[in-house]
Amino acid sequence: MMKIVKDGLLTSVQDLGRTGYQKYGVIASGSMDTFAHRIANLLVGNEENEATLEVTLLGPVIKFEEEAIISICGGNLSPSIDGEKIKMWKPIFVTKGATLSFGKPQSGCRSYIAIGGGMDIPPVMESRATYMRANIGGYEGRSLEPDDVIQFRQSRPYPRKIQAEKRSYVEMDWAISTDLIPNYSPRPVISLIKGPQYEWFKEDSQQSLFSTPFKVSSQSDRMGFRMEGETLSLKEPRELISEAVSFGSIQVPNDGNPIVLLADRQTTGGYPKIGQVASVDLPVLCQMKPGEHLTFKEMTLAEAQQALLEQEHSIQLLKRSISLKQKEELK
Amino acid sequence: MDYTLTPLGDQAIVITVSHEINEEAQANVRLISQLLDKQRPYWMVEYIPAFTTVTVFYHPVVLNKDGILPYEQVKKNLEELLTLVESGDAATPRTIEIPVCYGGEFGPDLEFVAEHNNLTTREVIDIHKSGDYSVYMIGFAPGFPFIGGMSEKIAAPRRNSPRLEIPERTVGIAGKQTGVYPIETPGGWQLIGRTPKRLFTPEQEIPSLLRAGDKIIFKEISEAEYQSWEESSS
Repeated sequence: MMKIVKDGLLTSVQDLGRTGYQKYGVIASGSMDTFAHRIANLLVGNEENEATLEVTLLGPVIKFEEEAIISICGGNLSPSIDGEKIKMWKPIFVTKGATLSFGKPQSGCRSYIAIGGGMDIPPVMESRATYMRANIGGYEGRSLEPDDVIQFRQSRPYPRKIQAEKRSYVEMDWAISTDLIPNYSPRPVISLIKGPQYEWFKEDSQQSLFSTPFKVSSQSDRMGFRMEGETLSLKEPRELISEAVSFGSIQVPNDGNPIVLLADRQTTGGYPKIGQVASVDLPVLCQMKPGEHLTFKEMTLAEAQQALLEQEHSIQLLKRSISLKQKEELK
Repeated sequence: MDYTLTPLGDQAIVITVSHEINEEAQANVRLISQLLDKQRPYWMVEYIPAFTTVTVFYHPVVLNKDGILPYEQVKKNLEELLTLVESGDAATPRTIEIPVCYGGEFGPDLEFVAEHNNLTTREVIDIHKSGDYSVYMIGFAPGFPFIGGMSEKIAAPRRNSPRLEIPERTVGIAGKQTGVYPIETPGGWQLIGRTPKRLFTPEQEIPSLLRAGDKIIFKEISEAEYQSWEESSS
């Protein structure tokens, strides 16, 4: 088990989302940076959908009351164990009594902590993701607080050579290739597919979308990023009949400032959607902090799906080599 | 059945059956939903029905074959699937009774709604409970029904400043709509009563009491009946 000593800004239990219940109005929730979430799990031998802790900007302090294999992926929030900086994107063996803490954000703003064997969090509607607004799922339906204790579901076997060492942690001597790690830029270019109501917008608004920078406003959270930049307006007033939205839908309310809908989005929306962020670029987008700027680059649906298939292919390859590595270590 | 298929990003496709909200569109959305529930195509993640659309989310990776774009494959699969939709086989709508204790602390805006429409509070209650209601869609919040069929005689504008917390199971009016808040949430609706019946039950396999197409009857109950209902269900 592990104990939360300090809670940080916002630390919650997340998985890849509560799918299958959106038709009942239940929002999906889940990790913002699904790429980092998946890799973190794979590195410790978990299923990709296993719950992780999503840490935001200012990380928590966590004390391990038993040994575990962990990994930390995503934005670099300067993780350390017992005061010593540790590496990300690789498995780390921690001993009983080790304390994990975080420091200054170096890149991105969300880190994912995976625990080998998984956390003992009861699934609600088939998911461990926390839906904070409705107090559902995760750890008692809320973000973590000091003195919360999370049990581990099962411990993972770890290499014998590591057991012998007398340190509070040991980093494995392998990590994922740096080519695979997303570039969590504070000023990214994000690929965008034209949205279902793109043609409803004035031509200069259509152009502004792809040619001017937008700022992530301070009114941004897991539900969505409100963007500030050129205001986008419709050719003529038109009402959209409410319909489904998805992760990365960009809807434009009457004030003309686009909102990118993210993990905690509602299931349906009534504002016209000018664009849709390509799935491959959602992780980078979701790592942005309020005040940072992005520009949108047009991508066709075919290109977006091709890029997604390529990314999935490299994750599959990675999965295979990680599992070989893990088998080798247990010999 | 006429429909169009359009993409929503790289992992979803929208089936649009109408460009206006009407009974036929509602029926078609229900038929498609039933079909998807029954067939559960292997590439489908889930679907979200709305007033005139059903949006189907899919796994592009599962459809990665033959160099054909996953979207095109989903489109083709859906076109084949939708030939199975036959009008007339929609299940008879269910009728769900929702008991409501009107006014008092549960409905602090009942008097406002009455004054706004030059009615007595009694008349507002009588009109509200005698409406012919049906659920258009579930969305916005878990189990939240968009209900059509309220009489315009009791329509009332939203509050100028929304309340920060509206207790769960509160019945309200906003414009020409009536609804019930399944979970505690902020909101600007005029509150006229509360039901002891839960609309959202996350512990159950189907967590929403209502679904699109349901007929609703609001049944007036006294405060004593409300209390005994709450006690018996807790």
